[in-house]
Amino acid sequence: MTEPITVPTPQQIIEPAISGRTETMVLNMGPHHPSTHGVLRLVLELDGEVVVNLAPDVGYLHTGIEKTMESKTYQKAVVLTDRMDYLAPLSNNLCYALAVEKLLEVEIPERAQIARVLLTELQRISSHLVWLGTHALDLAAMSVFLYAFREREQILDIFELVSGARMMTSYFRIGGLAYDLPADFLPTVEQFLAIMPSRIDEYEDLLTANPLWLERTVGVGVIDAQAAIALGLTGANLRATGVAYDVRKAMPYSGYETYSFEIPIGKNGDIYDRYRVRIAEMRQSVKIAQQAAERLRELGPGPVVTPNRKVAPPPKREITESMESLIHHFKLWTEGFKPPRGDAYVSIESPRGILGCYVVSDGSPKPWRVHFRAPSFINLQSLAHMAKGRLVADLVALIASLDPVLGEVDR
Amino acid sequence: MGIEEKAGNLGIVTTTLETVVNWGRTNAMWPLLFGLACCAIEMMGAQASNYDLSRFGMELNRASPRQADLMIVAGRVSRKMAPVVRRLYDQMPEPKWVIAMGDCAACGGIFNNYAIVQGVDEVVPVDVYVAGCPPRPEALIDGIMMLHQKVMREKISGKKEAPIRLDQPLVQVK
Amino acid sequence: MDNQTVLAALRDTVGREIRAVSEFRGDLSVTLTPAGYLAAAQFLRDDPELAYVFLENLCGVDYLGRKPRFEVVAHLTSLRHRHRVCLKVGCDEPDPTVPSLTPLFPTANYQERETFDLLGIKFAGHPSLTRILLPDDWVGHPLRKDHPLGDEEVAFTFNQERIYARKPFARE
Repeated sequence: MTEPITVPTPQQIIEPAISGRTETMVLNMGPHHPSTHGVLRLVLELDGEVVVNLAPDVGYLHTGIEKTMESKTYQKAVVLTDRMDYLAPLSNNLCYALAVEKLLEVEIPERAQIARVLLTELQRISSHLVWLGTHALDLAAMSVFLYAFREREQILDIFELVSGARMMTSYFRIGGLAYDLPADFLPTVEQFLAIMPSRIDEYEDLLTANPLWLERTVGVGVIDAQAAIALGLTGANLRATGVAYDVRKAMPYSGYETYSFEIPIGKNGDIYDRYRVRIAEMRQSVKIAQQAAERLRELGPGPVVTPNRKVAPPPKREITESMESLIHHFKLWTEGFKPPRGDAYVSIESPRGILGCYVVSDGSPKPWRVHFRAPSFINLQSLAHMAKGRLVADLVALIASLDPVLGEVDR
Repeated sequence: MGIEEKAGNLGIVTTTLETVVNWGRTNAMWPLLFGLACCAIEMMGAQASNYDLSRFGMELNRASPRQADLMIVAGRVSRKMAPVVRRLYDQMPEPKWVIAMGDCAACGGIFNNYAIVQGVDEVVPVDVYVAGCPPRPEALIDGIMMLHQKVMREKISGKKEAPIRLDQPLVQVK
Repeated sequence: MDNQTVLAALRDTVGREIRAVSEFRGDLSVTLTPAGYLAAAQFLRDDPELAYVFLENLCGVDYLGRKPRFEVVAHLTSLRHRHRVCLKVGCDEPDPTVPSLTPLFPTANYQERETFDLLGIKFAGHPSLTRILLPDDWVGHPLRKDHPLGDEEVAFTFNQERIYARKPFARE
């Protein structure tokens, strides 16, 4: 490392300008700006068109999710996690559910595990499709957006089939799934997975060898592996620098160790490599989802919530017959379950990077503290490092390639 | 399908000024390209291939508030963002309308806490509230249609009607 | 790499600074003094055998009613060994301060600013400790347990007249 990595604050850029620095200009970008993907505000220090320094100013979507979760029971708090990274609600559900399940030490039935893997992989594809569409839109390729959203709607239809909601599904609950998969789930998924690879080819036809796309992305926004790790960059952004670190392989959860897939990596750590890595990831996700669908078909029907009655309610018909089940149901609905005292940290590979969840339990039915390691929030720190010395137009491509979701940045 | 079919070969159409102005406003209503949170993704979905909002003359999202006349508040408004929303609203030229898309924008939704403004109607006057978390693209389109009907009823005096709420559409929309 | 190896290495270097060690659900967490926290993080990062070069998570917890009241939790990951270790350090009122990890791990910058913003824990040695999520003129630290949630009464049919009468509706 030649010079130390710094992450400036907006004040550090604005104040010299107010006190009379005239060589460079300060430009405010956002929070209302079409290419900041939400309500991100950037304070740029410009020398002509060249970015000398920049500081992201976040918090315009601060929702107080962590505080609100402390006032809900464990199971009710699942709903709040959905709205964090709103492009991948199921990944958030999964991360939170895994953390609480780690505290509780409950066993999840096989069918629920496979469904979780299948649905999070579909979620990854749908999230990457939004990234692809908006990234291309920012670089003035309108048609990719329309193609990407066509496939995304198909995935949302699957989610709607499963849970009744298109986006905010809250489908993964602590102890398993909210309810069983519907009968026509597998045929719909298999139909989608059969066409998806050819659709990814379509996007690649539009972009991968497109000279305009190459000019805007190759060699732009470069970061090396060492700086990326120091700045906590994760996900496809880290893998584009050549570091093959994926939580699904490194510390497998939900049975990912039993699926065969590869971790696509890049070489140069530029925007084009991130694009290639994410496209390859979509193909890998299709592959994982296909394996999961096969397993679901082989496994046949079965339970989707844990048999532990202290965590998951008994089936409805049991309540009318058994007094004990009625009591369990009553306890769960009036009070909720009580994990033992302690804390647990779990991380998963969300579409944006390492999503971590730290839960502290004080033995009461409500979490004492829930903290999310939000990948978008931490990835944003590296923006200044990558954008220095580049043009403002490159910055637009750079923000899109980092794929931040502001709901997750601000929580 | 244009007006010439109804006019026949007369070459002259008689109507009121109100009707023709309001008709023009509804059929070229430019929304502000302004997304806050989850609902913005559904708003994008409404503009994308499957739902195709451009059927209603609304495909042109303007990034500058000075060129927009409809603000769709898509998502939760935090206390830090509220002044920005108001400023954007003030920068829009008259006449202007606001749709509060989603529960968070309408009433705070599930986020009843220190950080979120409990309804964007505390910040800007809202014309139509669209329920849902997030509302489906169809719900947004329905809300926009409702706003169009409301605009058609507007008087040249410029006096505005009370907000329309989606929970009782049949009572309010004639 | 397993928990015992890391713990033994930590005992060798910062053994005097370790206050408590716990293994819960297979995760190792080590509670240290403020000085030991910094030294342990530096040792774990720089030791070529261990190579915990990635600061995965840093956050604070408010244990109201316990001594010390606040605790900062840092999760360090070794990308090579695929292992995670948790360092904890306590700090107490009236001036909760812990050493900053930002000079060691630049990624701690935002996470420490967030912890400062929401919990009011100060990080000595942080280059620019300012509010990050909340507006600069915000009073209080909302994630503290003695900070109210700040919720408002929800309007239903039976009480909406009363609530709407004092709700500050915006004007044109």
